[in-house]
Amino acid sequence: MTATLIVAMFAELFPNGISHYVIGGLLVGLGVAVIYLGTGIPAGASTFLESTLSYGSSLARFERYRTSRDWRVVFTLGIVAGAAVYALTFQSGLLSSGLQPGATTGELREVGGVTIWLTEVQPWRLFLGGILIGIGTRLGKGCTSGHGVCGVGSASGASFVGVTTFLLVAIGVAQLVAATGVNP
Amino acid sequence: MAAEHEQHPLFLPLVFVGGLIFGFGLGFSHMAQPEVVLNFLQFEDFGLLFVMFGAAVVTGITFFGVKQFRSEAPLTGAIYGRRLKTLDTNVVIGGGIFGVGWGLSGICPGAAYASLGVGNIFILYGIAGMFVGAYVQGYWRSVRTESESPAAAAD
Repeated sequence: MTATLIVAMFAELFPNGISHYVIGGLLVGLGVAVIYLGTGIPAGASTFLESTLSYGSSLARFERYRTSRDWRVVFTLGIVAGAAVYALTFQSGLLSSGLQPGATTGELREVGGVTIWLTEVQPWRLFLGGILIGIGTRLGKGCTSGHGVCGVGSASGASFVGVTTFLLVAIGVAQLVAATGVNP
Repeated sequence: MAAEHEQHPLFLPLVFVGGLIFGFGLGFSHMAQPEVVLNFLQFEDFGLLFVMFGAAVVTGITFFGVKQFRSEAPLTGAIYGRRLKTLDTNVVIGGGIFGVGWGLSGICPGAAYASLGVGNIFILYGIAGMFVGAYVQGYWRSVRTESESPAAAAD
């Protein structure tokens, strides 16, 4: 009886299972760990936004990231390439595993033998959200990888505060937007 | 000022490999799909918690564990340290603004780069927005810092 209840609750909380979330999360951590072990740098993804602006702007705020801007471009290209490897393998059906349920959202489309994935979230949400993310992550000293992964992994008080703040606010906003009937 | 990667020829290749694993993980975990993130924020699928905390556990073990064996990173000579930032009102205000953007769009910087990798060209709206936002805050803060005192370049 209790077991049935637990199984039912689990299916309710995790309708798509957890294996791909767990494996993906461990890999995200491993990527950070590889860079950290070699260089001592806890790499976050959002500093790239400012460091890259230093190529075209001499504002003091961006100049401070000059010495790290090259490797941050390489880190970002690595992220894009790593996701592309996923697209070429699991997403395109070249590899399959019971641990990877496949896309449950958006639209899959065949382009020259490769399956690409396209979002159905409306462009205005992406653009407006992007602007706020650009402002907020830089003002708040980190994003989901800087605070959420590296900062929490460092047991940093500032990061616990940052993560709690953006998590609670994001939940409120997403629920509000959904309640007004915007979908997706 | 020399660029950080000029310290060792393996610096950039290692960063690329780390990025590759990181990006593959974001693709595999479906975090490159904004809809999945929105489903989490709308309490329809709590899987994202496993991604964020799974990753944090790995980095936590690495950050604290490596110091038992070595004190300096081989490619840079940098002392292994934790990622610590000063807690001030910016963390809360910035975190709040980021939260609004994250809740509105379902994207965050790392996942957005990965989304481009899985073929989602529409994510360019989001990435363009992020650069606009980063520029706006950078411009505003650079101007404000200059008008206050040139030496007080706050974090």
